[in-house]
Amino acid sequence: MRREIPLIITGLVGIVFVVQYFIPHWPFNRMNAWFSDWFSIVQACAIWLGALNLLKISLEKIARRKSDWGYAVVIIASFLLITIIGFVEGESFRDPGTRFTWLYDFVYTPLSSTMFAILAFFVASASYRAFRARNFEATLLLLAAFFVMMGRVPVGDALTAFMPEGWRLTDLATWIMNFPQTAGQRAIMIGIALGIVSTSLRIILGIERSHLGGD
Amino acid sequence: MPSVVASITVEDTPNDGGGAVTVRWEVSADELSGGVNRYVLYRSTSQDGAFEEVGDATSNATTFIDGSTEDGVSYYYKIVPLPKSMIGQPTPPAWVDAARTAGPVSSSAQWFDWRRINVLVGVLILCVFIIYYINQAKAGKKLFIRKIAGLEAVDEAVGRATEMGKKIYYIPGTQDMDNVQTIAGVTILGRVAELAAQYETYLQVPVSRSLVLVTAREIVKEAYSKAGRPDAFQEDQVHYLTDDQFGYAAGIDGMVVREKPATIFFMGAFYAESLILAETGNSIGAIQIAGTGMPSQLPFFVAACDYTLIGEELFAASAYLSREPKLLGSLKGQDMGKALILIAIIVGLLLETFGIWNFSRLFSVIQ
Amino acid sequence: MSTRIKEILVVALVLVFCAIIYIGKVSGWMKGVTFSPAVSMIVIILLAASLAVILVLTIRGRLVGRRTVFVYVGIAVALPLFMSISQYIPISPEVRTLHDGLEDLQDGSKVLVSFDYDPPSAPELQPMAESFFRYCMDRDFKIVIMGLWPQGPLQANQAMEKVLEDPKYAAKNYQYGVDWVNLGFQTGNEFVIQRMGTDFRSMFATDYSGANYETLPIVKNVKNFSNVDYVFNLSAGYPGTVEWVQVAVDRYGVKLGAGNTAVQAPQCYPYLRSGQLIGILGGMNGAAEFEKLTGHEAKGTKFMLSQSFSHMIVIAFIIIGNVAFFMGGRKKNLSV
Repeated sequence: MRREIPLIITGLVGIVFVVQYFIPHWPFNRMNAWFSDWFSIVQACAIWLGALNLLKISLEKIARRKSDWGYAVVIIASFLLITIIGFVEGESFRDPGTRFTWLYDFVYTPLSSTMFAILAFFVASASYRAFRARNFEATLLLLAAFFVMMGRVPVGDALTAFMPEGWRLTDLATWIMNFPQTAGQRAIMIGIALGIVSTSLRIILGIERSHLGGD
Repeated sequence: MPSVVASITVEDTPNDGGGAVTVRWEVSADELSGGVNRYVLYRSTSQDGAFEEVGDATSNATTFIDGSTEDGVSYYYKIVPLPKSMIGQPTPPAWVDAARTAGPVSSSAQWFDWRRINVLVGVLILCVFIIYYINQAKAGKKLFIRKIAGLEAVDEAVGRATEMGKKIYYIPGTQDMDNVQTIAGVTILGRVAELAAQYETYLQVPVSRSLVLVTAREIVKEAYSKAGRPDAFQEDQVHYLTDDQFGYAAGIDGMVVREKPATIFFMGAFYAESLILAETGNSIGAIQIAGTGMPSQLPFFVAACDYTLIGEELFAASAYLSREPKLLGSLKGQDMGKALILIAIIVGLLLETFGIWNFSRLFSVIQ
Repeated sequence: MSTRIKEILVVALVLVFCAIIYIGKVSGWMKGVTFSPAVSMIVIILLAASLAVILVLTIRGRLVGRRTVFVYVGIAVALPLFMSISQYIPISPEVRTLHDGLEDLQDGSKVLVSFDYDPPSAPELQPMAESFFRYCMDRDFKIVIMGLWPQGPLQANQAMEKVLEDPKYAAKNYQYGVDWVNLGFQTGNEFVIQRMGTDFRSMFATDYSGANYETLPIVKNVKNFSNVDYVFNLSAGYPGTVEWVQVAVDRYGVKLGAGNTAVQAPQCYPYLRSGQLIGILGGMNGAAEFEKLTGHEAKGTKFMLSQSFSHMIVIAFIIIGNVAFFMGGRKKNLSV
């Protein structure tokens, strides 16, 4: 029964979800909202599972002096700091001028932006390593990368300013983005959509059950 | 006062769950000369009763959906064009009186959304194919599946970690369990965990969602039992980091740089963190296998990983790795769906190019 | 010198650089630091020369590592911020169509702006948000703000504060609740969009600060998508532009324009070609182009020089990488 009950629930909910897409009448038109509310509630409650797990693992690391336990101290300290300040500030914790907002603006925002900014460096190193004219396909990829990168910045246009309008690097980049790129994206998107339908059907029919733990 | 609209019609909004009336009008003669800025709509339950304002629309619009009606009640509508100078000021009652009236109309709920009939037909055809081939497979028909390099390499990748005596990392994406890609990701995790248990190699699964934590832990535990090594499973093998996208990326990058795993799997839905994770893994020389259905992240994985499952290959992985006939059957059905789409594209291309018939109309969902 | 010492040196250098910039910013003398065109040219020539040296080294068989690439990207991003070189910014069709769609609206139209991003992507998307708000105020549009990401509405407030710092826009006297409103964040991803299709109020019973939906004059007549004239979505991932297209455009026929991070933008091009999206602002250059079209050159335009430089550096290293590849007999997989 441990496996059957979740399978039945999954199947039923899956079928109802498909059906409600085609039936605008009550109660079907409310189901989407109900399910999303339930999911939000489950998700919100589950946040504690994650938070407690993080604390447990970090505390164990510190208690047993496992390797790199110093990082666990940082995790616990930051976790407690932001949680306590959030509670102390009360309902208006997001208002301008609160300590929570200060932490958000001057700690969280710059740290997150830094991580995102690393992308620029990694794009450079990945391009340096990966864009090599190994064979015909790789050469095509390399050329596309070259033209799009040049065409997406003003300098590309400046370098080809002598060309007639419509034949400059910017136009070439736009063409690559609009046609070959979009065609590729569409092909991949169609494949993915079919994959999603097929996976969903397998889950609804109970054929795919490994996500419930084993076969 | 601008001239009234040329005509006004009302109807129960089709294909909806009730509670809405659609009002359509032909623009006021003064709109072309710029004398109209907005149209204000009024509603009443009787033709001569008091009309109250229900909404407004800009002068470019010719339709308005009043989504606040009660089903079964008859309503009358009026529409008053306003010049820019009158915006924000109360409309003179004489203007409302002078406006054309339309009605009565009442809203009701429908039992089928006819705009989606094409989607229904498409989904049914696809489902019939998939179920047919699942049955074929169950009946013992041999099905061919092409080699997927990334999945062939799973054994090798786990084996390499064993040889080197290092960890395996498995990253199931940054989305929650309501994303099919995450489900596909944790499904593959089961197979990888089983292999890791057999090879006695430590598998670490840092996750970014609490619900994924619960699911992934259960899957890994089962996999260890299935491999005959339930005692080797440790609770903290699967652990939570943070829901925050870049916090998660930073956490994993730190762990990767410090612990230098031999193998890293990225299977699930990823966003901008994909390259940050994959490039860090690449820098420590780990063998990396990625799979995602996010088209914009695929180039990053292709550039930084040894193998990448592109889109649908991620969803096919479970069938590929288990070789279970029923799962393989569903893949075959999916391929038939793809063949149909290809045929539709070619037929549509020809018909539309030569202007024979408006074929794309069949696939439109907007009315 | 061991790698560890090199790392410590680089970190120390970066820290010193940051400290100088910070002190300069606080004390105010940084504002005036700008390289003249001549100095800018010298810097560019020096950079190009050093890249040529790297090329020669590569031809001689000494391949530079990824850390060198990182240093060059850092320089290419940072130095142009001080340069005074003006660039001609060409307008791409997808930005022009987005702008044309906005131009078609009447003055005083209602626009819904969904902020579906968080601080990490703010450097790319915030300039778009700010210039979009400026444009809206120029046209007296009523602005309804919402967010499918928890931090989105905070970003919206920041953008609005920034725009209102400009005396020109402060003088417009945009009143909260009448001319603009921030409805805040609502959890539920695409389901939020779907429910807004029938009833906005069911998703946003109160605004960001807790005021009742009914008490806000700007949304008094806004019940569903047919009551807003244009939807603009600023997105950095899920939920974002794709969900807006699939639900708001496909089911409710809204006019949708989008601003995306450069990483995310390619995924939205298929929707542009099919007409489901009016236009896209993709990354920093999308922001710069929109600024140019709307006549308010701001952050986007300023940062484009950095973008140009970093693209050139990446291209230079791709060339160097290929030289190394061909010199290494095409078969040897040169590690970086």
